[in-house]
Amino acid sequence: MKRFIGFIKKEFYHIFRDRRSLFILFGMPIAQILLFGFAITNEINNVDIAILDNSKDSTTEEIINKIGASKYFSIKQVITREVDIASVFEKGHVKAVLNFEKDFSKKLIKDHKATIQIITDATDPNTANTITNYVNAILQQYQKELNKDINVAYQIIPQTRMVYNPELKSVYMFVPGVMTIILLLVSAMMTSISITREKELGTMEILLVSPLKPFQVIIGKVIPYIFLSIINAIVIVMLSIFIFNMPIQGSLLLLGLESVLFIITSLALGILISTISATQQTAMMISLMGLMLPVILLSGFIFPISSMPMPLQIISHIIPAKWFIIILKAIMLKGVGLEFIWKETLILLGMTVFFMALSVKKYKIRLE
Amino acid sequence: MQDISFEVKPNELFGIIGPDGAGKTTLFRILTTLLFPDQGAATVAGFDVVKDYKKIRNSVGYMPGKFSLYQDLTVEENLNFFATIFGTTIEENYDLIKDIYVQIEPFKDRRAGKLSGGMKQKLALSCALIHKPKVLFLDEPTTGVDPVSRKEFWEMLKRLQQKNITILVSTPYMDEAALCDRVALIQDGKILQIDTPKAIVKHYHKSIYNVRSANMYQLITSLKAYEHHHSVYPFGEFVHYTDKRSDFNPADLNAYLKSKNLSHIYIERTEATIEDTFMELAI
Repeated sequence: MKRFIGFIKKEFYHIFRDRRSLFILFGMPIAQILLFGFAITNEINNVDIAILDNSKDSTTEEIINKIGASKYFSIKQVITREVDIASVFEKGHVKAVLNFEKDFSKKLIKDHKATIQIITDATDPNTANTITNYVNAILQQYQKELNKDINVAYQIIPQTRMVYNPELKSVYMFVPGVMTIILLLVSAMMTSISITREKELGTMEILLVSPLKPFQVIIGKVIPYIFLSIINAIVIVMLSIFIFNMPIQGSLLLLGLESVLFIITSLALGILISTISATQQTAMMISLMGLMLPVILLSGFIFPISSMPMPLQIISHIIPAKWFIIILKAIMLKGVGLEFIWKETLILLGMTVFFMALSVKKYKIRLE
Repeated sequence: MQDISFEVKPNELFGIIGPDGAGKTTLFRILTTLLFPDQGAATVAGFDVVKDYKKIRNSVGYMPGKFSLYQDLTVEENLNFFATIFGTTIEENYDLIKDIYVQIEPFKDRRAGKLSGGMKQKLALSCALIHKPKVLFLDEPTTGVDPVSRKEFWEMLKRLQQKNITILVSTPYMDEAALCDRVALIQDGKILQIDTPKAIVKHYHKSIYNVRSANMYQLITSLKAYEHHHSVYPFGEFVHYTDKRSDFNPADLNAYLKSKNLSHIYIERTEATIEDTFMELAI
C-alpha cells in the first residue's frame, strides 16, 4: 500500500509540474464554459432600437415603456417620420425600428386589433430573428395583462408569428456537452498521455522490473485523474449555477454519481488508447481524432442526432458521450430521477466494463 | 540471440562486450523478464525468467540504456520514489549507495532533467541499487558519459562488488572489458568467447605490430594491399597490423612501405588488446 501511495504521489508531482497539463486540466474547462456561455450564444442583450410612434397614446406609451424597461432592448432614438426609418438603419445606430400605426389605442378598443410593424436589420439574420421573437414575447405578455382585466379580448397583432420559448437559454444546452467533452478529454487524453510518457521515457521498463504490479501502475495512473476530473465536474456545475444562473433541476447526488461513472468510462478508454500507442503524440492524436471529433459531431452536443442520416445515427449509439449527454440533460434540465435514465446508465456501465476488460487484456506486463 | 549459454558466478563483475546491435539489450531484457525468449531457458538468482518472473522482479536492479528517470522529479524525489516502490527507504540501504549518492547529494533539489550526463548516470545507479538487489543489470551505463565519469563509474562498480552484488554490465567500449572479472564477447546474437580479459588476450596467438607513418590513410591502403597482411585496423595513433607468416620480419614490411613512398615509418611489436581479439573473432 505504501508503494502505491508513493506512486500516486509521484503522479501528482508530474501533473503539478507540467504547466501544459495543468492548463489543460483547469484552464480549459473554465475557458470552454465561458466561451460557450458568453460568446457562442443566441441570446441578445441591450440591443439598440428606434421607435416611431404614430399615435402617441397611453397604450403605445405603455408598450414602449415595457420594451425599454426590458434588459434586451434599449431605446436609442425616437423618430417622428417614416422617411427617417431608412436613415437610422443606414447610420447603423439601431438594429430594429418599432413602428406603431396611427390611432393604436383607438383601434385596439374599437376593432380589438392594432398593428405594430417590427423592422429589423437583417444583415445579421440570426439577431434579426431573435429580436423579432423577443419583441413578440413582450407584446404577448402585455396582451395577457390587458385581457386579464377586461372581458373582451384585445388583440395586438404582431406581423411575425414564431413560437418563442422565453426559457430558452443557449448556455443550458451547452453545459452538458461541454462537461462531457472536458471530462472525456481530461480523463482519456491525460491518462493515455501519462502512461505513454513512461513508455517513451523508458521508465516503464523500470516500473515493469519492479515489484509494483501492472494493475497497481494502471490504477495509480488513473486515481489522480479521477480526483481531478471530479473537481472539474464540480467547477463546471458551479460555473453554470453561479455565473449563468442555470438551475440544476434534478438531484445533485445522482448527477455526481453519473459523472463518476462517465469519468471511469473515459479512463478505461484512456488506458485502452495507451496500450495501443507507443508515443505521447500518437496517444494525443488518437484521443483527439478518435474521441473529441465524434463527441462534438455525433453525440448530439451540437447537431441533433435525429436529423442525421441513418448510418450516422447508428454510429452515434456506440459513442459513450451520447448517452452521458442524454443523462446530463435529463438530470440538469428536466430534473428526472434514475427511473427515467436507468437504460442509458446501464449502457454506459456496460461500455465501461467492456473497455476495462479490453484494456486489462491488452495491457502488457512485458515489452513488445 | 542464437545458441548462447553462459553462467555468471555470485559476486562477479561480468561484462557483455559487443558493438551496437549485437543483442546486448535483448539479452538483458530477457534476463530482466521484459521479453520472452522464443526458446531456451535462463535463470536469474535461481529463478526461471518465464515462470518466476515476479520473483526476479523483486530481486534484481535494472538500469536501462536510456536515461530512464523522471526528468521532472528532483534527485531526491526520484530516489525516494524508487525506494518506495521497492518497499524500502533511502535510510535503510543508505550505506550501499552512500559512495555514489554523496557525489550528487549537493544537487538533491535539482530536477533530474537538469543534471549533467555523469550525474544522471550516478543517480540512475543509485535508483537501481536502492533496494539492495542480488543481481544488478547495467545496460550500456557508460554510453555518452565523459571519460572521467566513466572511470569513476567503474571504480564504483568495483566497490559494489565487495558488497555481495552480482553485476552484469554491457558496453560497446572494449577498453572497459579489461575492468571486468570475466567478459563475453558478443556479436550478431552469438557469443564469440567467454573468459577473463587476460585469458582472452592470451588466446590471441598472433604478433601485433603498431605501425605509424606520416600519411596514415596511405599507410592503411598500402598495408591492405600488402600480400602477406592478415589484419589491418586503425587503433588510436597507430595501425594494428598482423601478418600471415609465422616468421614475419618487420624489416620486410618497412622495406615494402618505403617502396610505397611512405616516410617516417615506425614499426613496433605490441600487446594484443581485447579489441584485437574481438576483431579477430568477429571476422
